[in-house]
Amino acid sequence: MISRREFLQATAAASALTVGGGVGQLGRVAAQQRLTQADITRFDPLGTVTLLYVTDIHAQLMPLHFREPSINLGVGEARGVPPHISDAEFRKYFKLATGSAEAFALTSDDFVALARNYGRMGGMDRVATLIGAVRAERGDDKVLLLDGGDNWQGSWTSLQTRAQDMVEVMSALRLDAMVGHWEFTYGAERVKEIADKAPFAFLAQNVRDNEWQEPVFEARKMFERGGAKIAVIGQALPRTAIANPRWMFPKWEFGIREEDLQKQVDESRAAGAAVVVLLSHNGFDVDRKLARRVKGLDVILTAHTHDAMPGLIRVGDTVLVASGSHGKFVSRLDIEVKDKKVAGVRFKLMPVFSDAIAPDPAMKALVERVRAPFAKDLARPIGKTDSLLYRRGNFNGTFDDVICHAMLAERDAEISLSPGFRWGATLLPGDAITWEDVTNATAITYPNCYRSQMTGAQLKEILEDVADNIFHPDPYFQGGGDMVRVGGMGYALDISKSVGSRVSGMVHLKSGKPIEAAKSYTVAGWASVNENTQGPPIWDVLAAHLAKAGAIRIEPNNSVKVTGA
Amino acid sequence: MATASIPRVRLPAQAKPGELIEIKTLISHEMESGQRRDSAGKVIPRKIIKQFVAAFNGKTVFEADWHPAISANPYQSFFYKAAESGEFTFTWKDDDGSEYVAKNKLTVG
Amino acid sequence: MVLKSVEKTRRETLTLAAMAGLALLIAPRMSLADEAAVAAEIKKLYGDKKLESGKIKLDVPEIAENGLVVPINVEVESPMTDSNYVKTVHVFADGNPLPGVVSYRFTPACGKAAASIRMRLAQTQNIVCIAEMSNGALHSVKANVKVTIGGCGG
Repeated sequence: MISRREFLQATAAASALTVGGGVGQLGRVAAQQRLTQADITRFDPLGTVTLLYVTDIHAQLMPLHFREPSINLGVGEARGVPPHISDAEFRKYFKLATGSAEAFALTSDDFVALARNYGRMGGMDRVATLIGAVRAERGDDKVLLLDGGDNWQGSWTSLQTRAQDMVEVMSALRLDAMVGHWEFTYGAERVKEIADKAPFAFLAQNVRDNEWQEPVFEARKMFERGGAKIAVIGQALPRTAIANPRWMFPKWEFGIREEDLQKQVDESRAAGAAVVVLLSHNGFDVDRKLARRVKGLDVILTAHTHDAMPGLIRVGDTVLVASGSHGKFVSRLDIEVKDKKVAGVRFKLMPVFSDAIAPDPAMKALVERVRAPFAKDLARPIGKTDSLLYRRGNFNGTFDDVICHAMLAERDAEISLSPGFRWGATLLPGDAITWEDVTNATAITYPNCYRSQMTGAQLKEILEDVADNIFHPDPYFQGGGDMVRVGGMGYALDISKSVGSRVSGMVHLKSGKPIEAAKSYTVAGWASVNENTQGPPIWDVLAAHLAKAGAIRIEPNNSVKVTGA
Repeated sequence: MATASIPRVRLPAQAKPGELIEIKTLISHEMESGQRRDSAGKVIPRKIIKQFVAAFNGKTVFEADWHPAISANPYQSFFYKAAESGEFTFTWKDDDGSEYVAKNKLTVG
Repeated sequence: MVLKSVEKTRRETLTLAAMAGLALLIAPRMSLADEAAVAAEIKKLYGDKKLESGKIKLDVPEIAENGLVVPINVEVESPMTDSNYVKTVHVFADGNPLPGVVSYRFTPACGKAAASIRMRLAQTQNIVCIAEMSNGALHSVKANVKVTIGGCGG
């Protein structure tokens, strides 16, 4: 999957570091392995073209913690192969030393101790510094900056400004092109308004108006860098109209549209492109399948599934880049072009260690300016946590547990359902929970927390349906995201089975009684894709709970029993 | 209340001889499937457009029999290989015997 | 802050019904077609004649965005000359109340045996396409379309 040469490139930084003695000697290891800005940007340049790639920033302007998943199961062909490996297995595959800076950035175990050592990651002012450094080294005329989408959503400031904060930040970074997914949840009109006005291209070859099947957005854009023509083709999340409320963009339809994509690739070549790039919000497994079926793609910049990998994955003549999320990484891909073709590539996943990288002053000022109107509100203390609160993982995250508990308590429900979103910052034990933290986990344009009656049969159908979106063996039938989080109810899941027979043993936790198919239960949940969902916004439900709950302590959650992995 | 069925057609006005053109059509129609019940539990009777016919200079070139599974406000597209100038007649035939007709000229040269 | 618990409204009930699938599309207790019903339709048209694979390109979404409006594009490989063309294409669905979706009759004047339409799908099911060539040969292809409740995306 990964060639030895790329492997060595990918792990060059790690192998230069001492292989640490593990968690017991963290202090010493950390002291030896602390990266500097020069370590992060060090790169042996290749050719005349550099692609810089960021994705799934989820509107995070400030440095934060984001814990990578401890469980990230793959099914079918994706079983047990990157990115569907985690922790020790991941470190072994990519040759990362336990306790190293890379291990902290890319794996989940020992997160709290390592976080206290290595500090936060991301922050758009640090991202700006790295981008500026590469531009200075290579020259502006050789560098293309691309964003894989899920840039405009995920914070209180982006929600309040309807993404204006991120549009200004990305414009200041001189972004060349982006694609979309959560962007569409601001509604068709707002997306079109930004796409029409912004200095960067908003590309999507796979969005059509559902009346006449005409393209809604520019499908691709040709750039010239380092003397080579580079075609960038955009791909929005093909499942946007299923994963998010379709009523927000009722006249648009999506889909993978492989054949149309092949036409875009062929037309790009005919127009003289030496490099053809797919800027894709398909998700990694979909892109891996697509790379085998669509001919002539040199590079796929993957997104959506939030995977971060310190090496390239090669499928035939196509290389796949996975650049993580939340501003934790900036990917650099140097491309050598000979005879109007890609002759070589060299890659580095640059980790954005906030303490190691000097903030770019202009971007720092811009971030302060866009946050200023909300600064007081963002800093408002709501609660406190004694536990690590994270979200990412296939089945449950401790932050989701808090949200599920909040819904049970505040909405007086027997069972609660919380979406398996992969975005949201991580909080460390001892952290205060501010309004910014509450909204980093909840800021969406359809936040209403419903309270309703569902039968056991309906609950099973929901779990089966969501499980099929994650564990269908064919990635083209998957929808992305993690399993819906459940409060007040346990169940067993056999991921090797097919839809309708994966879920069993549903039990009401409080009474210990099995869930009965015909019985009605009071269920609270949020992020329903249905229009006119009634109920208070989830951030108010969560804040009300936090205000009463005192310091949050989350016990290990064993309510989902997983087999078949 | 049924809405008036208004057909809309998109096709190029001109084509070269031998050129393949795509014809896209839409018509507003509820396409009541006969499988739904009203609030009183009574089956709502079927009323659909059951056939679409495209003719060029009076000669049928493409036909489609539509079943109740076809979506409301039906869309139908197909192809035609331009040979000579003339006129398309598109006809939508309703269950109730009504016919909705649209005509479009094509210049070939 | 105290949040008032709200009684279940009719709208919420409808919302839940929508979440629980597309059951409202069809009347209660109305039976759905199955593979056998589609096979029976094909037998009615063509008896036990052999169905070959290949030639048909059936383009349907893997996952329907809206079960009420699912685009389907069919294209059959053929020179479309007076002596060699695609006569008929039938489309069936094996999980709808009735198996029939659409039947196309092409002529050589079409130049290309391809057509697009939008259909309703009551649930996850297979779409079956049969093409009859001018020499009487039959081709068939099948594709699965998933109809899902949606939501919960990452």
